Amino acid sequence: MACLLEAPLRISVLSEVTATSRHYVDRLFDPDPQKVLQGVIDMKNAVIGNNKQKANLIVLGAVPRLLYLLQQSSSSPELRTECAVVLGSLAMGTENNIKSLVDCHIIPALLQGLLCPDLIFIEACLRCLRTVFISPVTPVQLLYTDPTVIPHLMSLLSRSQRTQEYITQIFSHCCKTPEHQTVLFSHGAIQNIAPLLIYHSYKVRMQALKCFSVLAYENTQVSMTLVNVLVEGELLSQVFVRMMQRDQPIEMQLTAAKCLTYMCRAGAIRTDDSCVVLKVRLSADLFTLIIVGASLSNVAPSSPTQALPCLVRMCSKEHLLEERVEGAETLAYLMEPDVELQRIASTTDHLVAMLADYFKYPSSVSAINDIKRLDHDLKHAHELRQAAFKLYASLGSNDEDIRKKITETENMMDRIVSGLSESSIKVRLAAVRCLHSLSRSVQQLRTSFHDHAVWKPLMKLLQNAPDEVLVMASSTLCNLLLEFSPSKEPILESGVIELLCGLTQSDSPALRVNGIWALMNMAFQADQKVKVEIVRSLGTEQLFRLLSDPDSNVLMKTLGLLRNLLSTRTHIDQIMSSHGKQIMQAVTLILEAEHSIEVKEQTLCILANIADGNAAKELIMTNDDMLQKIKHYMGHSNVKLQLAATFCISNLIWNEEDVQAVVNSDCAHKGSQERQDKLREMGFVDVLHKLTQASDPNLCDRAKTAMQQYLA
Amino acid sequence: MAELAAGILPSGDPAFNYQEHELNERLKHLYPAVNEEETPLPRSWSPKDKYSYIGLSQNNLRVHYKGHGKNHKDAASVRATHPIPAACGIYYFEVKIVSKGRDGYMGIGLSAQGVNMNRLPGWDKHSYGYHGDDGHSFCSSGTGQPYGPTFTTGDVIGCCVNLINNTCFYTKNGISLGVAFTDLPPNLYPTVGLQTPGEIVDANFGQQPFVFDIEDYMSEWRAKIHGMIARFPIGERLGEWQVVLQNMVSSYLVHHGYCATATAFARATETLIQEDQTSIKNRQRIQKLVLAGRVGEAIEATQQLYPTLLEHNPNLLFMLKCRQFVEMVNGTDSEVCCLSVRSPKSQDSYPGSPGLTPRHAAGNAHLHAAGADSPTCSNGVTPPAKSKSHGFTGGVKYASVSSSSASASSSTSSSPSSVNYSESNSSDSTKSQPHSANSTQETSDSEMDVEAEHYTNGVVEGSSARIMNGTYKHEEILQPDDNSIGNGVTNDSCSNGRQLCGGNQAATERMIQFGRELQMLNEQLCREYGKNTTHKKMLQDAFSLLAYSDPWNCPVGQQLDPTQRESLCSALNSAILVSQNLPKQPPLMLALGQATECVQLMARVRSGSCSFARVDNFLH
Repeated sequence: MACLLEAPLRISVLSEVTATSRHYVDRLFDPDPQKVLQGVIDMKNAVIGNNKQKANLIVLGAVPRLLYLLQQSSSSPELRTECAVVLGSLAMGTENNIKSLVDCHIIPALLQGLLCPDLIFIEACLRCLRTVFISPVTPVQLLYTDPTVIPHLMSLLSRSQRTQEYITQIFSHCCKTPEHQTVLFSHGAIQNIAPLLIYHSYKVRMQALKCFSVLAYENTQVSMTLVNVLVEGELLSQVFVRMMQRDQPIEMQLTAAKCLTYMCRAGAIRTDDSCVVLKVRLSADLFTLIIVGASLSNVAPSSPTQALPCLVRMCSKEHLLEERVEGAETLAYLMEPDVELQRIASTTDHLVAMLADYFKYPSSVSAINDIKRLDHDLKHAHELRQAAFKLYASLGSNDEDIRKKITETENMMDRIVSGLSESSIKVRLAAVRCLHSLSRSVQQLRTSFHDHAVWKPLMKLLQNAPDEVLVMASSTLCNLLLEFSPSKEPILESGVIELLCGLTQSDSPALRVNGIWALMNMAFQADQKVKVEIVRSLGTEQLFRLLSDPDSNVLMKTLGLLRNLLSTRTHIDQIMSSHGKQIMQAVTLILEAEHSIEVKEQTLCILANIADGNAAKELIMTNDDMLQKIKHYMGHSNVKLQLAATFCISNLIWNEEDVQAVVNSDCAHKGSQERQDKLREMGFVDVLHKLTQASDPNLCDRAKTAMQQYLA
Repeated sequence: MAELAAGILPSGDPAFNYQEHELNERLKHLYPAVNEEETPLPRSWSPKDKYSYIGLSQNNLRVHYKGHGKNHKDAASVRATHPIPAACGIYYFEVKIVSKGRDGYMGIGLSAQGVNMNRLPGWDKHSYGYHGDDGHSFCSSGTGQPYGPTFTTGDVIGCCVNLINNTCFYTKNGISLGVAFTDLPPNLYPTVGLQTPGEIVDANFGQQPFVFDIEDYMSEWRAKIHGMIARFPIGERLGEWQVVLQNMVSSYLVHHGYCATATAFARATETLIQEDQTSIKNRQRIQKLVLAGRVGEAIEATQQLYPTLLEHNPNLLFMLKCRQFVEMVNGTDSEVCCLSVRSPKSQDSYPGSPGLTPRHAAGNAHLHAAGADSPTCSNGVTPPAKSKSHGFTGGVKYASVSSSSASASSSTSSSPSSVNYSESNSSDSTKSQPHSANSTQETSDSEMDVEAEHYTNGVVEGSSARIMNGTYKHEEILQPDDNSIGNGVTNDSCSNGRQLCGGNQAATERMIQFGRELQMLNEQLCREYGKNTTHKKMLQDAFSLLAYSDPWNCPVGQQLDPTQRESLCSALNSAILVSQNLPKQPPLMLALGQATECVQLMARVRSGSCSFARVDNFLH
């Protein structure tokens, strides 16, 4: 034991207390088992509520000895139980205590102890395990290393109220990954724990409920199973609804709402419960039920709309800060994909205004009056802010009126702007999500976004941020670069092109899409200067690399960029004169390869743009192969492709009469005549003629206009 | 409540009656604390309290606009028939927009009496409204504040008034829109206002289920207020409170003569019992006699144990004698029953009594359930073993006391009863049957009696009477000694069924004679104290019984019901206690009564929380 004293910092502390503490440890080594037992009992009484004593005993090496006594089959049941109790008491101390206990391999020892038939001893072991596992410093994986542990714990569930409470608490803290969910699920967690939801002890009910919330989180399999579980003849979802009643403890209401939210997001419960939809669905479902005895999953729909007001309530000022954070986050998650729920929530209990309170911590009052409260507020301030941002993001993701309501909330834009540069990553991410959600509004882009110069902090954020923030920020930037956005100009001037071109080289497909997307938006109806700058900065090599990107979104946006680059006639000619060859090559490749209709349509549109150029036309006219392809697409079964191809031809045979061509009118006219002749020879007139009979009115019109060029 | 409703609204249509019934049920369920005799609930729009541009139909629930609707000067409102009573705690009504009419300028809200009806709710002082065209809330002002969404045809708008914190929130299609008004004044009426032609709205004051889950909201406040009560800070006075509570329990047990329980409780809590054991037991014995319908014996016992008591309470004596007469008719009083029945043991006409528990003013039926359906158990308060040992000591004491007083009269049952007493603790009333089995003839008779008079207790509307009984069965204690009265047993052919005085001729004669004596007593009292209408009525009622061939099924037959003994029993008990300088009511009941009064007072001073702080919420 002397070696333990080498730790220099501890010497001074120990010198005073070692004597008494050592006495307790020494007694554990007494040859008389009765004296050892008394020693353990005395130790138990000495450590209760005394963190210093706990630390001392750990330093003096009590833990290995206690574990030894606990594991020894020669020890009496009383002794083993008392050892487990003392260890549990030590675990109740600081995080350092837990670390020391885990380092002494307390977990396997205790798990081994669960195999003992003595219930009192099992309960003591479970209690200690519970205390160890709920600590954030314990690696939860330790519960799963031995595959026999989980089934054994399941079998212990029915032993007593204590085993139920401790085991469910362990499960709810140790279920952190989909793998954990699967392990617990496959060992019958649902069937074993469901009856506990209506157990008389509140603690057991609550821990069981928590288990279900962690099991169902983003887990379709569990959620789908939960929908059909009956507890004493009652559907589980109905049990959850009952637990959300307002006279239940807040913790229970909140956790039940979480369960329903997770089931709903996993697709196990429908989000709409409007009466009409319900009745129609109901009869259909009952029909299926009769035929295949299928699930009742679609017949219990009202739960999410009952979860929603419950979660909104949780956001109110009267609740604890933790509850408000959880409530807001869960609510944001619940309604994220459903515009109807967003609309309902936006009118419920002044939610939008209520969230503004989340930014008022720590309040000036708390700072003056009460140091403890200030500390508490400070701790939760970040969490509150990020939760509010998340909820605002979710609320405003679809509905224009809600976005307006949000931006009109007191100081909202200022709060987002300062949120973008907060030190906490979580807050920054949530703030940029919120900004992104609001940036989907044309009106907001034109007004509040510009007024508050949100592009500045956004650009700053883009310089250096983790990928997840970057994705959101660049996606927001895409919207800010839309043609009608007044922020577009200042952003351009801040050297954004380099940054975006950089993003297109990212490993993350999402970042590549956003980068190229932003460039595409930027190139839309842009000045020649900007276009040249984009091409220069991106480099043709990168451009063509993106055209063969495995992600079809990237491909689509790159084609979009090309199309936007090749817009007005002079720009077309200029770009085609320098990059014509490669572009034609890329277009050929795409048209020849297996691609979706959308991609091909976009490519044909690029061709049509090229055909609109003066000089560029010749690149197509001289390429018979390409002309054949166009002809092929004019006869394609898809109208969109037909339309795009016809458009291309129409451009080729166009009779130049506009101002641009006046200088060279003879030449131009001559050119168009030549092209018309060549195309006639290739049989395009026949095709066009046929298309004038097409059933699609657009296609028909387009073909007729093209035909008129021949007549002119 | 039902009568009240019928008085207000025309009836006849069965569907309407059904709706009316449902409304009554729902209102009673939602607002149990409201006393509608004092503060009626709103049930419809008032045909009197409205502007002329408002038309009412469908039992005054539908409101339509019938003015020109040119501008805001054509606005018109209607108030409900009554203001919202504070005792509701939380009040809620809904309005369905049947048609938004031309412009949908509809306002839903609240206003005080006297507010101009040529306006929409919210525009004037003491008027509050939520308007459909802009979704704004108007708080006694012509300019609104942004509040909620707009509403139109098909929407259901709810208005909830929280009388605990004096706020109001609205709901739209079952979704709460959040607080609209705070610091509301009292006595507001539900109000709607319309402004353009074609606007029609229907009110739901409880006629139909609400779209919004108001009961869930109420349950939150109930839990809040109960929590407030449960967590009421008592600080340093914890010990003090405990002593007070223990004394209350103890005094209650003593008051009602739960002797063994009281002693056990006193021992466990180390408290002192004020009254001595003998006194408690004497009271208990007298009470049992009254409850068993043997009033004559009760009077005798009282006179013997408390010689001056009835002398000083001539009214009480008169009431007792009146009751005695009634019991004679009933055939239960010992003066007549021992004339007809050989085995007095079988004459336990009050088999339910061991299960009797005190009835509280609230008359809550479930309170008594335990006692009522287990007539064989001794109230479940005293473990048999304990009470037995106690009964023994008690019996000894009693015996010694009674022996000292035995000289006074030969009629006391002290000696045999004290012996039986100690044995009988764990016995139950069913034992009366084996006892009565000694005579076949009488067995059938006595069983009849038992059957006929057996009743479940707690069903009778409670006066302030509190009847008790101890943990002991009384049939043994009460074994009357035939010797004292049982002279000349003429056992005539007793027919089945209940008969006057048990169907015995001698008994009937005795009864008639007793009636004369009673009449004389009344006259004497009149001479001494002046006319007493209560006495006269009592006497008349009692004598009226003789006018019917079947007194048990006659208009005054109610008197024969054994439960009628309870108030008298309680009065006698109180009188004895007062004579001993003890409180006539147990402090527990006093506290209970006071709490009930307080809650009612809260309703009158418009403190809404009274709705969720009701005394019977805490009586389990």
